Amino acid sequence: MSALLHVKNISKRFGGFVALDGIELEVAKGERLGLIGPNGSGKSTLVNCICGALQNEQGSVHFDGEKMDGLAAHERTHRGLARSFQLPRPFVSLNLADNLRVPMLYTVHKRSGPLHADSIDARCHELLRLVGLDQKARHMPRDLTQVEMRKLELARAVAAEPKLLIADESMAGLSHSEIEDILLLLKQLNESGITIILIEHIMSAVMSFSQRLVVLVSGKKIADGKPEDVVRDPEVVRAYLGQ
Amino acid sequence: MSTLNFTILSVLVGLAIYVGGHLFGVGYLFFAGYTILQYVVLSSAWNILGGYCGYVNFGSAAFFALGAYSTVFFYKFHPMPIPVLIVISAVVSGIVGLGMGYLTLRLRGAFFAIATLAMAVVLQTLVVNWSYVGGSRGAYIVRADTITIAGYSIEYIEYLFLLMMAIAILSIVISRTIARTQLGFGFATIRDDELAAESSGVPTLRLKLIATTISGALMGMAGAPFPYYIGYLQPASAFGLEYGVNSIAMPIIGGTTSWVGPLIGAVLLGSLQQIATVTISSAVNLLIVGLLLVAFVIIAPNGLVGLVQSWQRERSPK
Repeated sequence: MSALLHVKNISKRFGGFVALDGIELEVAKGERLGLIGPNGSGKSTLVNCICGALQNEQGSVHFDGEKMDGLAAHERTHRGLARSFQLPRPFVSLNLADNLRVPMLYTVHKRSGPLHADSIDARCHELLRLVGLDQKARHMPRDLTQVEMRKLELARAVAAEPKLLIADESMAGLSHSEIEDILLLLKQLNESGITIILIEHIMSAVMSFSQRLVVLVSGKKIADGKPEDVVRDPEVVRAYLGQ
Repeated sequence: MSTLNFTILSVLVGLAIYVGGHLFGVGYLFFAGYTILQYVVLSSAWNILGGYCGYVNFGSAAFFALGAYSTVFFYKFHPMPIPVLIVISAVVSGIVGLGMGYLTLRLRGAFFAIATLAMAVVLQTLVVNWSYVGGSRGAYIVRADTITIAGYSIEYIEYLFLLMMAIAILSIVISRTIARTQLGFGFATIRDDELAAESSGVPTLRLKLIATTISGALMGMAGAPFPYYIGYLQPASAFGLEYGVNSIAMPIIGGTTSWVGPLIGAVLLGSLQQIATVTISSAVNLLIVGLLLVAFVIIAPNGLVGLVQSWQRERSPK
């Protein structure tokens, strides 16, 4: 089976700082991949290069058999790449249901032809129910708690009906039970056929979620394999704990 | 209400205002009403880019002047009916709006505002040095006293009033339609967060270009009949400060998130200015705008519409 996402040798610099240095990464269809690394190791930069928010200088990104280089972020979303942001970025002047309506109008519409207004409404509420926010469909994002904001962020990414979902630190700052909520949600999404890359600092969450684990340190990939093997890798231990 | 019904209703209201003014029997009402309607167009047009998308345009006067000078150019080149000139002005200003958008929309916030201001200065300099359209001396447009339409002879100022009424209705209908369709959602996401908009699949650059084009074209339409209205057009009046300031102040005072805000702001502020012009002096206009703007930014940053909405929210039980 060919890979859904193939990141070929990409590099990204910010001035003299090398944020990504020749990253190779393959993600198979239906996989649950964990991506970890210390702060500043390039995780979010990698996401930005994959999703088109940043353009990589070297290498290329292939998704679903198509070359993504040079495509704008919205064109990549149309092709089935979706992400949530590390710090939630809701549309503050739209209520929750309308927040989810945007990707449906602009991405799902585009892909599968015009949807009927009623079916969009139904889908909005179905998604809000999935993340437990259906009671707040008419509320504004400013009324939400931190965990609800992160759930909205995930729901909006899912509303674009992606093939690959990249969840960038969806659990930072949440309590144990809230983390369980989000993990359960991500697993449900994965079972419905969405490939997921989870970027996270909370190791218990990453270990219980991931089928495969990739470690980035200083813009380089230093490990890639089964989670239990990777965390015992001496190089990974050194990067995390110091010598 | 569907767009068609809304349009019919607007036309009926417009006609009622015209007939009402006629019954009142004071010709000056049409003269003053024309200016108020002109500001309805300018503020609705500004709001499509400034209110819906969040891109503050300081160059409204330039688009208005483009419309006015297109008329002067074609008046000299080959005279034609004003409705045709309005369409030509819309095309010219729309194209310039598209071009301005393409060059400046990668800028955000204050930088975008400065770029639009700079464009107005560049265009004014061009016009001042272009003798065919009158240069710094200005240009005279001679208009008839009356015009005959379908056998009826009406005063020319009433004809201009009716034309501006039609443009005002058009801009309100466009503005309202945008807010209620997919385009309106897209514009709102641009105002809120462009990065998140892109990742939801919104083609932000294309939408912003649509906004600058529509906004520019409507402003140009507002300027097209102006030379006939004023009779003598010079760069200082076409590029006047009051157009740039009013087209920002009126939507902000009325409320920028809906089509109603600019309409309310323009009618209120425009009427106030006309009354001040007659009773005090025309020089006091910008002072009124300035003071009201300061007051509203402090007391009601979401304008009158926002003020009413927050009252309703407080009164309705949760």
